[in-house]
Amino acid sequence: MILAIDWMVFIEKLVLIIAVVSGSLIIAMYSTYMERKVAAVLQDRRGPSRAGPFGIFQPLADGLKLFFKEEIIPDFSSKFLFILGPSLAMLTAMMIGAVIPWGNKMHMFGRDISLQIADINIGILYVFGVVSMGVYGIMIGGWASNNKFSLFGAMRAASQIISYELAMGIALIGLLMVTGTLSLKEMVGGQMDHWWNIFKQPLGFLIFLICAFAECNRTPFDLAEAENELVGGYHTEYSSMKLGFYLFAEYINMFLSGAVMVSLFFGGYDIPFVNDIHLAENIGANWAAILQGLCLFGKIVCFLFLFMWVRWTIPRFRYDQLMNLGWKILIPLALFNMMVTGGLILLKQNHWHF
Amino acid sequence: MQALTNKVKVVSREPMTWMERMYLPAILKGMAITFSHIFKKRPTINYPEKKRPFSPVFRGLQILNRDEEGREKCTACGLCAVACPAEAITMEAAERQPGEEHLYKEEKYAAKYEINMLRCIFCGFCEEACPKDAIYLSETFAPSNFQRKGFIYGKEDLLIPHPVEEPETFAKARGSRAKHPEGHGNEH
Repeated sequence: MILAIDWMVFIEKLVLIIAVVSGSLIIAMYSTYMERKVAAVLQDRRGPSRAGPFGIFQPLADGLKLFFKEEIIPDFSSKFLFILGPSLAMLTAMMIGAVIPWGNKMHMFGRDISLQIADINIGILYVFGVVSMGVYGIMIGGWASNNKFSLFGAMRAASQIISYELAMGIALIGLLMVTGTLSLKEMVGGQMDHWWNIFKQPLGFLIFLICAFAECNRTPFDLAEAENELVGGYHTEYSSMKLGFYLFAEYINMFLSGAVMVSLFFGGYDIPFVNDIHLAENIGANWAAILQGLCLFGKIVCFLFLFMWVRWTIPRFRYDQLMNLGWKILIPLALFNMMVTGGLILLKQNHWHF
Repeated sequence: MQALTNKVKVVSREPMTWMERMYLPAILKGMAITFSHIFKKRPTINYPEKKRPFSPVFRGLQILNRDEEGREKCTACGLCAVACPAEAITMEAAERQPGEEHLYKEEKYAAKYEINMLRCIFCGFCEEACPKDAIYLSETFAPSNFQRKGFIYGKEDLLIPHPVEEPETFAKARGSRAKHPEGHGNEH
């Protein structure tokens, strides 16, 4: 039989997909809580504290509120696209999770289960492809609203993402030259119990980080929803859970771009200062995999905190400043980084002889 | 130009140096400032669970006082209504009938006594005007209400609980303001 399907693989992947999707949804939910708490703490306030102990049911209350709001689809909008917009934003946000290695192999039911949904050999290219798809959600939603402010926001988001994706891609070429692979799994494997890539590519990481902020539409680059200029930006006409989807997609994007950055530059699920292979021999592969997963999660939470910390510190850019930063500073810097990295690799291959 | 005071802060108009144009040091400085706020003490308190004490001269809701036997002190003389700049107080007087001596202290009493809390400006003139120490301002304020008529406080809202029958609620309502049921509460 040519089409013999290993049903166990099917079930295993299905369980993993459900776990990752629901996990990133819950984490996105609690990122909103974290966002509000971090904002409060940085501004000497207390933050949500009424719903449940320490306000931990606040995200549920927020979600419930959004569901009970009136669902408005403007008469003059193009209805199909109007609904497609937030769905697409949500879909693309969650698709990135497919290639992130969430941990090493686990051994269960007599099988080795990889904690990565799809170990495709062009993982990082897939991430780039999906991220640039993400702007379609915003574009389509803004255009379908048939409102000039929505369209302004959508145009801003589109041109911003085009500008910053370039710098992001070029900044990553240096890293790809160093690691010699496009697969996220292999990249993480290369960092296990070695120097993390951040030490090999600090400038590349800095550029990548700034571009990640721009890609996630986070402050200081949240011009697509600059409320003092554009009412609500691309989601001016949205209400109820469709608005909730846009806001949710932003938090999922944040979480997963944190995961991508951790995998690329901070060793992924590598436990710092611990020999992971040794650990796996001592306490068993399953426990080691769980510890590694928690470690990855901890690193991502650090990135989430960074995103929020920056948001509540730095004011928004002006649009021309944004474009200047992207085209005149980040792209030349990324090119410089690429050239220097390439030169150093050549020198190393030549055993440091000119 | 010669500065007149030493408070003048001269703004530098020089072009930014290379370090300043990097922006990153300034951003890190700003982020350090916001981070340091994590460890600062929060000025907010969790209100309904925790309350800040009122100042001893706080003027809140009016209370109609009773003497230590629980008799109403008010004689419906109308001085408070005259003193009231917002004209928030109205009352109707009635004569004490034989057998009502345990209810009212004097021969005349207020059959109806109303204060419109939406008009009241909590100036405390009524308290000053009262010759019988029958009205004084407490340490609470009027709670919110859905209707305007809920803000017109009648005698049943204003009258202090009976000191003999309900000593605990009486003490709570009296607060620390009127130290002696007889004599003026705010003399000392």
